[in-house]
Amino acid sequence: MAVLLRDITLGQFFPGNSLLHKTDPRYKIIIAMVYIVSLFLAKGVLSYALVLVFTFAMIIFSGIPLRIVVRGFKALMFIIAFTAILNIFWTKGENLIFEYKFIKIYAEGVTYAVFMILRLLCLLTGSSVLISYTTSPIALTYGIEKLLAPLNLIKVPVHEFSMMMTIALRFIPTLIEETDKIMSAQKARGADFTSGGIIKRAKALIPILIPLFVSAFRRADELAVAMECRCYNGGKGRSKMTKLKTKPLDIIMLLVFSAFTAGIILLNGITLF
Amino acid sequence: MSKFIEIKNLSFSYPGDSQNPCVPVLHDINLEIDKGEFVAILGRNGSGKSTLAKLLNLILVPSSGTVSVGGKLLSSDMSEEEIIEVRKCIGMVFQNPDNQLVATVVEEDIAFGPENLGVEPEEIRRRVDQALEIVGMTEFAKHSPHQLSGGQKQRIAIAGIIAIMPECIVFDESTAMLDPHGRKEVMRTIETLNREKGITVITITHNMEEAVCADKVVVIDHGTIVKQGSPKEVFSRPEELWGLGLSVPQVTELFDMLRCLGAELPEGVISEEEGAQLLFELLRS
Ligand SMILES: Nc1ncnc2c1ncn2[C@@H]1O[C@H](COP(=O)(O)OP(=O)(O)O)[C@@H](O)[C@H]1O
Ligand SMILES: [Mg+2]
Repeated sequence: MAVLLRDITLGQFFPGNSLLHKTDPRYKIIIAMVYIVSLFLAKGVLSYALVLVFTFAMIIFSGIPLRIVVRGFKALMFIIAFTAILNIFWTKGENLIFEYKFIKIYAEGVTYAVFMILRLLCLLTGSSVLISYTTSPIALTYGIEKLLAPLNLIKVPVHEFSMMMTIALRFIPTLIEETDKIMSAQKARGADFTSGGIIKRAKALIPILIPLFVSAFRRADELAVAMECRCYNGGKGRSKMTKLKTKPLDIIMLLVFSAFTAGIILLNGITLF
Repeated sequence: MSKFIEIKNLSFSYPGDSQNPCVPVLHDINLEIDKGEFVAILGRNGSGKSTLAKLLNLILVPSSGTVSVGGKLLSSDMSEEEIIEVRKCIGMVFQNPDNQLVATVVEEDIAFGPENLGVEPEEIRRRVDQALEIVGMTEFAKHSPHQLSGGQKQRIAIAGIIAIMPECIVFDESTAMLDPHGRKEVMRTIETLNREKGITVITITHNMEEAVCADKVVVIDHGTIVKQGSPKEVFSRPEELWGLGLSVPQVTELFDMLRCLGAELPEGVISEEEGAQLLFELLRS
């Protein structure tokens, strides 16, 4: 349970002191977008080599253990296999390298599959190293709120959204603990959650969900009153204790990533063969 | 000169459902509270204590009668700024600490109130640090609330109110869900706020040891004030309190039993030291 709690509240956040950890969350979101766009711009061996080197350097700089990053690949296994098969068997080209009855594999297909897989892996690694591993959910929420602030002008409830995120993050562990307690209480009364078919198991969850919902509504009610008592009035005229300030580091990061994009565009123009 | 909090002929009903369209809860309450006073409100469950508390900072609005705070009459047609002014003046801490904390980091949570008021960042920082110090939780500033014990969470909730710098804090059964240790921590914090910081304290409680510390005890039953006075006066007749579904401090109960057995002892003994002294003298003579 404790492990689960940690996983959910921190997401995949890995506390640390690296340059990436110190970068302003607003900039990190922008940087991540720059990175992803560059990834889709990359064509050809040279640019992919740059992508790989750069991504690898990013992992090293973030101080996230390599095995953690690799562990994240598991989630993508299926998609990777699917992409690989699709590209290998269905791409038609000029250099036939394998033929067996109706199966024809072309060199182009294999190259294409390799590039696709690399792109997917880098996409996952890059975005998780830049965002999920090095940014705490609360900083991320605040970063998103600030970045989206201009949308306030067209009446998008940005503050409400960020308040909702914060409260959700705050209450997830509380509700998980509560679920645990209710489950134990129902088990003590003889409830069985682990046997029977899917319908029986789903039905067994009802005695957990109902008390959980009742309690969640009561909590919401009490929280609303407590927030009002603390002078909350929907975010009007609100200030913040910690203001996000652009540091030289943030600008440098932005420049480094822009250089990366420029590098890819340049390398795209050079053909090796 | 008017009192800090003045409640006159206050009645309140909740809007009910279709069957009984109005649920009367409070009837003709008259109560005055001075600045810096420590008031304990007692009463069995459902007697209307929380309702009374919520009428003090405009979470609820009186059905009839008046409530005024710092000379200002509370009413539903106050502007939003005026309502915020009242809530800034009267802070409130509730029973369940979990349902009062909004942020995932302790210091962020304490900053919530001042942030709502639009206080400058440096000033918020100063207030947060000060509030953490007052409740003795400085070392937990960066923790997440779910890593804390009940008593610690409640102290964070109190710090969140202190950071708003109210003149009065209402504690609505704030020690009820805590273990004895947590209750002591919170009681000590409440007493410090009153005695050292001069904050007016209104504490709603079922814990008589807490009520004994008060300057004034108010007993509510079925929505009316049935007793009001110093702890000594209120606790001098244990049978009456028992009749209202309340208990009395253990010392008082012991002395009452001894008196029934014919011992020559005074009424209204509420502190353990005083009790011990009296028993010592009784046994010596
Ligand atoms: N929101 C509400 N709507 C209707 N009735 C309520 C509401 N809240 C409380 N009551 C009723 O008002 C009475 C007093 O409640 P409350 O002030 O919470 O008592 P206490 O805090 O002394 O236990 C109770 O009978 C309760 O059922
Ligand atoms: Mg109550």
